Amino acid sequence: MSFVPGQPVTAVVQRIEIQKLRQNDHLILGFSIGGGIDQDPGQNPFSEDKTDKGIYVTRVSEGGPAELAGLQIGDKIMQVNGWDMTMVTHDQARKRLTKKNEQVVRLLVTRKSLEDAVRHSMSNYPK
Amino acid sequence: MGNHVQQLWQQCGFKDRRDRHRSKSRDSSSRGDKSVTIQAPGEPLLDAESTRGDDRDDNWGETTTVVTGTSEHSVSNEDLTRVSKELEESTPLECKRFIGPALGGCLSFFALVTPLAFLVLPQVLWRDALDPCGTPCEGLYVSLAFKLLVLLISSWALFLRPPRATLPRFFVFRCLLMVLVFLFVASYWLFYGVRVLEPRERDYRGIVEYAASLVDALLFIQYLALVLLEVRHLQPAFCLKVVRTTDGASKFYNVGHLSIQRAAVWVLDRYYSDFPVYNPALLNLPKSILSKKMTGFKVYSLDENTTNNSTGQSRAMIAAAARRRDNSHNEFYYEEAEMDRRIRKRKARLVVAVEEAFTHIKRLHEDEVASSPKHPREVMDPREAAQAIFAPMARAMQKYLRTTRQQPFHSMESILTHLQFCITHNMTPKAFLERYLTPGPTMQYQQQNGRGRQWTLVSEEPVTSALRQGLVFSLRRLDFSLVVTVTPLPFLRLGEEFIDPKSHKFVMRLQSETSV
Repeated sequence: MSFVPGQPVTAVVQRIEIQKLRQNDHLILGFSIGGGIDQDPGQNPFSEDKTDKGIYVTRVSEGGPAELAGLQIGDKIMQVNGWDMTMVTHDQARKRLTKKNEQVVRLLVTRKSLEDAVRHSMSNYPK
Repeated sequence: MGNHVQQLWQQCGFKDRRDRHRSKSRDSSSRGDKSVTIQAPGEPLLDAESTRGDDRDDNWGETTTVVTGTSEHSVSNEDLTRVSKELEESTPLECKRFIGPALGGCLSFFALVTPLAFLVLPQVLWRDALDPCGTPCEGLYVSLAFKLLVLLISSWALFLRPPRATLPRFFVFRCLLMVLVFLFVASYWLFYGVRVLEPRERDYRGIVEYAASLVDALLFIQYLALVLLEVRHLQPAFCLKVVRTTDGASKFYNVGHLSIQRAAVWVLDRYYSDFPVYNPALLNLPKSILSKKMTGFKVYSLDENTTNNSTGQSRAMIAAAARRRDNSHNEFYYEEAEMDRRIRKRKARLVVAVEEAFTHIKRLHEDEVASSPKHPREVMDPREAAQAIFAPMARAMQKYLRTTRQQPFHSMESILTHLQFCITHNMTPKAFLERYLTPGPTMQYQQQNGRGRQWTLVSEEPVTSALRQGLVFSLRRLDFSLVVTVTPLPFLRLGEEFIDPKSHKFVMRLQSETSV
């Protein structure tokens, strides 16, 4: 999932749709994010490339909307509702996810196992 | 005016003791019946360290110490105290304190005159037989003169000071140096007598060089004296803890290598300006608390034929009294709180009275018109101004001093003098009160007395031995003593760590995690 600066980023992504849950007049999604271009990328335990400053899922709460929708810990979020998440600050990411007038967030997430699965299936397909 | 003020002072005291409910009227001259005189006016200041205030004798043990200065063998502690007690009754101004310096002065005079004598004697006795000595001798004369001048000035600066204390034993270093100087000069004279005077030596230049070498040797001895007497004890090596036995006031001091007696003098110097004055009236628990402790124990059995029953009964009474005694801490606490409150109340009244009194006068500047025919104003000097404003604050001051048990330290005369001093120097009421609101160091209450203070050094080791770890000695006065404990200062291992100024670099250390 590393990228070359200036070149378009390509990744295998999974589309995940999360319905926000109302809890004490907050709308929560049930997971935590870490990372951002203003953060220290070397401390990210989930990234393969330690210079990757993208937004990662660091925790998924049990039985929350994110878990139900299939989000896993360690996923990198590429887009939220069409907005790019690969080059944002931590606060911008938080704001994009917690907009009060949106009930649904549609994420594009990528993870290592997806890449592996695709490559594996491609190698099995000789043509 | 003065009489009026004195009357007011006495009557304030009297009224306070008798009766607190009377209205506080300041017009005392209208009362006719108070003819009891309490204090003679202008009574001199009490010696702040004595409890025998009532039967005070002015010829009281003030001066120098104890043991004859000429004996070297040890005198035991009991002898010391016994002799000191005998000396306390008789106090003529002892000349003993001047013997040491006088001896030293004679010796140094003798030593300074010797080189000149060496030069002069051949000229006087066999002038014609001497070899003529030209320029080298003159050079030597000049250097000799300057060295003697330096010796003279430095001796004056270092040694010709009035002694501040007399020590119970010899001051070892000083004796050593005096003996050294004496031996030096004596041996030079001996050599001179044998080699120069007898054979009538003709080489005058050699004689002048000989005298110059004596002066050099004296300069070196003076250097040695400087180091031993003045410099060696400057580097701190020990920490002394000084505790006063009566009220526990304590201080820590750092001293260098000293003998016990010199350390004692050093501590006493600091005592007079650091420790709050010893006030015997502040020591005891109020009687009300102590008496309650004691009442349970007054069980007398006068009857010899008492049966077991009564002894059992008395034992039960004692046990009951012991259980009842547990409340005295409670009473102590409330008594203390009450006393604090009372002091604060009196202090508030005093401060207000003084502030108000100070507003009554103001300083007259030279260009102001002193008096005009319509509003005549009396121009006063500081003493009269002090007396004028003393009257309104006298009562509040007297009450405050009584509550804080400070009244033996301040007579009316001393308060007036202090007030006059403060007015002269444009001090505010707060500066005037500073002297009375906190008990100052003992120095503040001392009279300028040429006779000195008598202290006894009580120690288990000989007092000329050097300080070392674990030594304890005490300095005793009549009714209290200072106990001094010696501990060495810790050895410090100082390490080094070099930090390159360019090595200060920082990064953002953020790993925020936000729940959404």
